[in-house]
Amino acid sequence: MITLGDYLIVSGILFVIGFAGVMLRRNLIIILMSLELMLNAANLSLVAFSRFRVDSTGLPDYDVQVFVFFIITVAAAEVAVGLAILVALYRARQTTDVKDISSLKF
Amino acid sequence: MSAFLFWIFALLTLIFGAAVILNRNPVASALSLVVSFLGLAALFMSLNAYFIGIIQVLVYTGAVMVLFLFIIMLLDLRAEEGRRINWLASAGGLAVALIFLGQIFSVVGHLTIAHKAFPPLPGSTIDDVRNIGAALFGNYNLPFQIVGVLVLVATIGVVLLSKRQPR
Repeated sequence: MITLGDYLIVSGILFVIGFAGVMLRRNLIIILMSLELMLNAANLSLVAFSRFRVDSTGLPDYDVQVFVFFIITVAAAEVAVGLAILVALYRARQTTDVKDISSLKF
Repeated sequence: MSAFLFWIFALLTLIFGAAVILNRNPVASALSLVVSFLGLAALFMSLNAYFIGIIQVLVYTGAVMVLFLFIIMLLDLRAEEGRRINWLASAGGLAVALIFLGQIFSVVGHLTIAHKAFPPLPGSTIDDVRNIGAALFGNYNLPFQIVGVLVLVATIGVVLLSKRQPR
């Protein structure tokens, strides 16, 4: 029998995979992909809670699914802006490695 | 919902999610991310969230991943050669991630509702898109329009960012 906890565990492991990608990788494109993984892990736990919390009509909580819809929209806009910044950076510096970009480092 | 299918798709999502950060070649990472998101869409559908699952396939594996692959091909990124790894920083990052994982396991383990099964739904079919549409255009009409403005701002910002500056 699949419980709510199973979905939460899968979502948590997916979030930690994305987190480790942001911490360990130095390629900016891989870091952006890891950010997408983390956003999707949050979406999975939100949808699991939406299915778990049925209201008086016996249907899932659709307010949460509207929230997930907004998250997906904002994430798509964020990827577009992030990749545009990446292209502008590559044009200026010919690199996508975060170790080579240290002008703002104290 | 079959438990067997849940574990198949959960493993698919997690294994290919790990492949995203373990591959050295960015193209292989992007293709692993596609498979991971398809598994995630199947998990959404197993939770009776059909609309979110379809949106996941259309937006992520359709639009976002094409954008990623396009940028990778445009910049002609190669697999990164083995550079000297800062072991102390890597171990620190890994330790923070593992502590966070332990925290999630402990919270979910102590949550009483996490051990309950999902309550049954009334019918075999539910009117998913209709209900989300009613919520989106009724209760959440103002946030919906604000998100529309956000997407417009992002579009203008991307055009401005990728315009070549006159020297």
